[in-house]
Amino acid sequence: MTEVTELSLPEADAPHTREVLLNLGPQHPSTHGVLRLVLELDGEYVARVDPHIGYLHRGTEKLAESFTYTQIFPLTDRLDYLCPPSNNLAFALAVEKLLGIEAPIRAQYIRVLMAELARISGHLLIIGALPMDLGAMTALLYAMREREMIMDLMEMISGARMHTSFCRVGGVREDLPDEFFPKIREFCDIFPNRIRDYERLLENNRVFLKRTQGIGVISAADGIDLGLSGPNLRASGVDWDIRRDEPYEIYDRLAFNVIARDEGDCYARWRCRVEEMRESVRIIEQCLDQMPDGPFQIDMPTIAFPVDKDRVHCSMEALIQHFDLSAYGFKVPKGEVYSAIEAPKGELGFYIISDGSPKPFRMKVRAPSFVNLQALFGVTNARYLADMIAVLGSLDPVMAEVDK
Amino acid sequence: MSAQTSLIRTLIAERFGEAIEELGFSHGVHAFAVPPDMIVELCRFLKEHPALRFDFLSDICGVDHYPEMPRYEAVYHLYSLPNKWRVRIKCRLGDPPRVPSVTGVWRTANWHEREAWDMYGIRFEGHPDLRRIYMWEGFEGFPQRKDFPLRGYKDKLNPFGAEGPPPTQPDLATKDIP
Repeated sequence: MTEVTELSLPEADAPHTREVLLNLGPQHPSTHGVLRLVLELDGEYVARVDPHIGYLHRGTEKLAESFTYTQIFPLTDRLDYLCPPSNNLAFALAVEKLLGIEAPIRAQYIRVLMAELARISGHLLIIGALPMDLGAMTALLYAMREREMIMDLMEMISGARMHTSFCRVGGVREDLPDEFFPKIREFCDIFPNRIRDYERLLENNRVFLKRTQGIGVISAADGIDLGLSGPNLRASGVDWDIRRDEPYEIYDRLAFNVIARDEGDCYARWRCRVEEMRESVRIIEQCLDQMPDGPFQIDMPTIAFPVDKDRVHCSMEALIQHFDLSAYGFKVPKGEVYSAIEAPKGELGFYIISDGSPKPFRMKVRAPSFVNLQALFGVTNARYLADMIAVLGSLDPVMAEVDK
Repeated sequence: MSAQTSLIRTLIAERFGEAIEELGFSHGVHAFAVPPDMIVELCRFLKEHPALRFDFLSDICGVDHYPEMPRYEAVYHLYSLPNKWRVRIKCRLGDPPRVPSVTGVWRTANWHEREAWDMYGIRFEGHPDLRRIYMWEGFEGFPQRKDFPLRGYKDKLNPFGAEGPPPTQPDLATKDIP
């Protein structure tokens, strides 16, 4: 890759050269959703890029102010729709911090297990979609095959393939079904070999390497300045993972490596995700080995439905409490919390201000894709248009999360 | 935790005196309130001080406390990658809300500030490109303000919206951004 910093300007009075304004999107396969890019082109080079977002804006934050805390879970599903369990977990943790409670240990293992499954499912899409943007279809089709296995596992757990909404404040909705365990063990056996397949398919593919190595390099300092997080920042050599550095749930009991690389180019970002999937499989296996028996939901009738449903059928007080909880939700003490987790795309934070009522006064989502997409400004100046597609793909924005 | 808190508190007090109010430590975050005109200075100080190094700007968001006064707030969440500390800085703003932009300290502030402008009408002075980000150009009003109806205002595209025209705010119209 030759560094293009200064364009050779044509003769002053050459009649046929001028900048072209190109509109890419909002419906374009390589923009990964409804993203519109207004590009100023100088020949093949991108002189300036202006992303226009908001086509998917649903006003999640405004809506949340009129919902009870339990009703917000389905809204969080629809942020990064490739990995809803992570979003659920981030929101549940924020509310639990405000309430000063913790989910039972078994529930924490279930949540972490699901979040890691979601991480694999999110990464699978991007490690297939980036090569597809660059012309290699096969990887995506293989990745979709493995994603289907994860979808089936999610369906087994929650009944829903994508929008699981399985987390609750103080635990999860149900216990894991018995038939889930052999299936997930099978997945953990099969999947590492499949990761090897993707690598073999692409790591010696000259076209893929030429189009990703040395392209869209972001230095560590630039990455921090631009607010990148997650695999995008780790690919630039910043060794930061919230799972390890500010452990939440039971991550401090698990052994895993934080994958970081130094190159900071598109290939490093792709590579980081591939290797992170291996670590996720390790985490899932440890979760299965360590998962204790016990309740999956906190025993606190003012916050969670009783684990034993018979109580509702036999006791008047329990029935009233159940009705109250369904109809009005639970009250959360006055206060503020900012709680961040390591979502597949980076730091996913929920900032909640509670005024003591059953609905949040203000809920702000710190969406990693929103911030990562902004980095497109920083890296694509004076590059080929085709390189910009590679950079966009490797930054892995999910437009539903960008637009909230 | 307490050693951290007192270190951050003393360093800030040494540099800024009484101007910065401490709001305590809760759920892993140290909180401070700062007058709007000192926000850039404080952010630069927190980012560059060798013992603090809050080099990562997580988030900027607007808050509307309608009908309380002062009505608005800009809230900044900072993270220190070397120390693994978090800080929240709150800036209480009057009506119309104005606060200096911190885009000169972190480039990532750009879109966060555009979002807060779009949703709450908080004007970040010195921002290089303060346009709406989610709503379209020509949209009137600031949708996340507490006095903006949840379903928007009624017009031919939105038959279920609230009655009445959107409040006009000539001093905050997008055209006269500095």
